[in-house]
Amino acid sequence: MTEVTFRLWRGDKSGGEFKDYQTDVTEGMVVLDAIHQVQAESAGDLAVRWNCKAGKCGSCSAEINGNPRLMCMTRCSDIPLDEPVTVQPMKAFPVIRDLVSDVSWNYEVKQRIKPFKPRKPDNADGTWTVHQEDIDRVQEFRKCIECFLCQDVCHVLREHSKHDEFIGPRYFVYTAALEMHPLDTEDRLPEVKEAYGVGYCNITKCCTVVCPEHITITDNAIIPIKERVVDRFYDPLKRLFRKLFAKS
Amino acid sequence: MTSVSAAPRSGFGKTQRRDKWWLKPVMVFFGLSMFVVYSTWAAFQGDHYTHGPYLSPFYSPELFGDSPHAWFGPQPGWWPSWMPFSPALLILWAPGGFRFTCYYYRGAYYKSFWADPPACAVSEGRKKYLGENSLPLILQNVHRYFLYIAIAFLFVLSYDAYLGFWFTAADGTEEFGIAIGTLVLIVNVIFLSGYTLGCHSFRHLVGGILNVFSKNPLRKKCFDCVTCLNVKHQLFAWLSLFWVGFTDVYVRLCSHGVWTDLRIL
Repeated sequence: MTEVTFRLWRGDKSGGEFKDYQTDVTEGMVVLDAIHQVQAESAGDLAVRWNCKAGKCGSCSAEINGNPRLMCMTRCSDIPLDEPVTVQPMKAFPVIRDLVSDVSWNYEVKQRIKPFKPRKPDNADGTWTVHQEDIDRVQEFRKCIECFLCQDVCHVLREHSKHDEFIGPRYFVYTAALEMHPLDTEDRLPEVKEAYGVGYCNITKCCTVVCPEHITITDNAIIPIKERVVDRFYDPLKRLFRKLFAKS
Repeated sequence: MTSVSAAPRSGFGKTQRRDKWWLKPVMVFFGLSMFVVYSTWAAFQGDHYTHGPYLSPFYSPELFGDSPHAWFGPQPGWWPSWMPFSPALLILWAPGGFRFTCYYYRGAYYKSFWADPPACAVSEGRKKYLGENSLPLILQNVHRYFLYIAIAFLFVLSYDAYLGFWFTAADGTEEFGIAIGTLVLIVNVIFLSGYTLGCHSFRHLVGGILNVFSKNPLRKKCFDCVTCLNVKHQLFAWLSLFWVGFTDVYVRLCSHGVWTDLRIL
């Protein structure tokens, strides 16, 4: 058992500060356990969002020692405990209180994305036939738990607050899942280029680094989408080819 | 839509991170800087770029030049007299452009040279941000055209490696052989192939553009192969960068007589 100082951000949208709390850390504890212990022992009014404690609900996203992480999936034994452990809410979103940030912007973004529009059913009973190799790529994207750590670490949102012009890595994963779906017939590329702002991504791969589901966000979702945008809007030979062979 | 006001922007390098977040960008900065400085110096030398059957990759393809590897003869008459001539200056823009617009290198040098951001979750203290949405960085979308040239270069460099097996014997005839330089040239082609064929644009070209793979099994196979290389794109980017520079050093030092090219066979 070790006594550890947790430096927790306390405050609301009007402002706040870090406050130190001591608690005992025992073997096997994760940061969320320690936060709950602090809540029970010395800060009963500490606000923290959590649910599954298993890394599957994406509720307990925060910044632990400056790194966007899930509190329930960060073992205390994996962080240095000889100095105060800082825990603060996600920086890319407005604070509600203490460690809880307002992520509602993300749900509004999701509603802006053109929904799934399947082709006509393949079979008389109204079903489709899909081969596994056609759906493999998309299945990776379905692992997303919407913890929004990728949104938080993305400097376009975090540093430059381009929330009105850029949908962020989470929603490029979502868009890629729709765009690459073998049944989908919707065209989202004009929006990807303009309203979704894919050009703002400068491929720092920070989103991939923080993803607790290990989705290869940049290489498998964002860059393939960028390449499709290049096909449509920037590649002069492809444009010429399309013009020459366009069906009248 | 709800207006979002995240935490206020803080100064350059501000972060709560405790790890050595600065180490990787600093290493990338020095690694790339050293390569740019050396390759620029080597490109302007214009001599000692061949040794025996070997041709430095910085000078290949040698379009015009004085060595037997030159495709179209010596320095062309139209070359401006005020400008120093080197065969490397005619071709290095192509592999240089391929690497400069490469998705991996872009992410790496935006962090290391532009500090945009300096590292993940580290403040950059910059107000204006355009990304790759407008000029000049929108021009990075030309990457696929550099890819096409880089693939052509792979064939040329493979032929150079093949020539590295053929040495001039004492009686003036050509004989098959293997020397350290032969292996250096072969490893160069292997690393460059690993890097070029793992390119994100190539992955898109061979199959990434498709949504239905089951109707294109050959393209699915190609896509899977390129994906295997793409996963190691960063590794091959650095291996090939180091080795192409080392290959030039090897040929140059052998040509100067500083190193001896040992024959194995």
